[in-house]
Amino acid sequence: MEIFQKPCSIISHAKLNETVHDIWVYSPKIALSAKPGQFVNILVPGHFLRRPISICETLGETLRLVFEERGEGTKALGKLMPGDELDILGPLGENGFSTDKYSSAILVGGGIGTPPLKFCKNKLAKSATVLGFRTDKQVILAGEFFNVQVCTDDGSRGHHGNIGKPLEKFLKTGAYEVIMACGPKPMLKTVVNLAEKYNIPVEVSLEERMACGAGACLGCACKMKTVDRQSESNFGSIGSTAIVSYPRVCKDGPVFDGKAAVFC
Amino acid sequence: MLRTEILGVSLKNPVIAASGTYGYGREYESIIPLETLGGISVKGTTLLPRSGNKPPRIAETPSGMLNSVGLQNPGVDAFIENDLPFLIEKDIAVIANFSGNSPEEYAEMAGKLDIPGVDILEVNISCPNLREGGKSFGADPVTAAAVTRAVKKASSKPVMVKLTPNVTSIAEIAKAVEAAGADALSLINTLTAMRIDIKTKKPILGNNTGGLSGPAIFPIAVRMVYEASHAVKIPVCGMGGITSAEDAIEIMMAGAACVQIGAAIFRDAYAPKKIIDGMEKYCQENKLKNISEIVGAVKLNKKDNEW
Repeated sequence: MEIFQKPCSIISHAKLNETVHDIWVYSPKIALSAKPGQFVNILVPGHFLRRPISICETLGETLRLVFEERGEGTKALGKLMPGDELDILGPLGENGFSTDKYSSAILVGGGIGTPPLKFCKNKLAKSATVLGFRTDKQVILAGEFFNVQVCTDDGSRGHHGNIGKPLEKFLKTGAYEVIMACGPKPMLKTVVNLAEKYNIPVEVSLEERMACGAGACLGCACKMKTVDRQSESNFGSIGSTAIVSYPRVCKDGPVFDGKAAVFC
Repeated sequence: MLRTEILGVSLKNPVIAASGTYGYGREYESIIPLETLGGISVKGTTLLPRSGNKPPRIAETPSGMLNSVGLQNPGVDAFIENDLPFLIEKDIAVIANFSGNSPEEYAEMAGKLDIPGVDILEVNISCPNLREGGKSFGADPVTAAAVTRAVKKASSKPVMVKLTPNVTSIAEIAKAVEAAGADALSLINTLTAMRIDIKTKKPILGNNTGGLSGPAIFPIAVRMVYEASHAVKIPVCGMGGITSAEDAIEIMMAGAACVQIGAAIFRDAYAPKKIIDGMEKYCQENKLKNISEIVGAVKLNKKDNEW
């Protein structure tokens, strides 16, 4: 897979709420080859490590990045204005969401995990969406999806509670082939449990502290556990062996089979 | 102008990717061809596969970073089978970095790596991430020498021993390793360090401590390369926070015959290329026939004059 490191101009910069920024950058090489689920690693002036940010969507030769101010680095990124340049490494992640394999999906986003799902929505023929936030003020991008159910922890908008019940409602229709999810680990766990209950494939985008973003440093390993189905069918459950692996979130992901992910 | 002969190996330039920062050479191919570099010190291998430390493994620091990867690797046999064939095809010096749990295990590793395609062995006696293994060997001249002897005995390859900076006297360790038969030294590995999240009162790294690298440690590397290279006759490969050609030239003036670039690559994948180009420009501007002319060129201030 080809990756690029290029200075890219910021075309526009808007704020979606107090702390969430929405920027478009001109980045032909990255935009034209990017796939849903992939991310970029952005150089921040005054900071040593780049900041990994998911690709929200692309339009021609431009790239949309929606990110939240979480610390000093992302705060510094949030100060950049149209005309400023961003040094971007990407597109990163050899495994994104399988929007080429499926035509319908339930998209589940939690907080700042929502943006990459917009890219999925653009590629899918049919989608339903469940988005979870702490409170109404933090809701982002809800108007940009089809068939959306917003949930808030405090009940200030949409469904009062987590994404579980609305997701189950969509699952019961049996109208979707897969779940694609991105968000905090407790949310992903809920999503995977429901996927297992309804026997539907589930893809989750994981996050981990990273250095290189390109697969070179092994700083962002995660844990996967798959059951060897071959030995299971041959020898019954006694013969089944769990294969544990430690893939890199950055290069081997960031999207993984939710049923194999170990959320430690 | 940059061609460097070290340990009987001819490098097209003295710039080597440091172990653990360039994988097995594939990751940055589309940004800069691997063959641009003089050499690659591959991701450290161990006798058996290792799953590494639990996350998080990375923390940012002022002018640097901590890592506690914990030597995650597929094991030396997998390296030889899956990664070495790719590297053999490239016009680049291959430095096989490895570590073990005992002098016997180091020797077994060295024997396995005594094969065509491996140009130099780099013995990691210093990785500060492990509760067992590397750490204790590099911190003590006796154990550092024991590992060096075991590796030398088991292999016909040139042996470069990578030293830890987490010692009181780097010169003492350097001398012990040289006396035990090392053909070269490389230094410095990372400095053991820690960060704490003040909200949770927990260390940021899953392993609690990790190794500090990046520009923050560069002046320490310069001092230690100076001390080690002046304590021994064998060549020294300098590393630790090098981010520019100026840094590389500075550490060479301290006594390094070649350099390794590590964390800088995470910030700028073009860093090795920029360093190579900058060194070439420096040679032209200073009318040097070869960059080796600056090795150890530091002129110390006299200490005897009172003022």
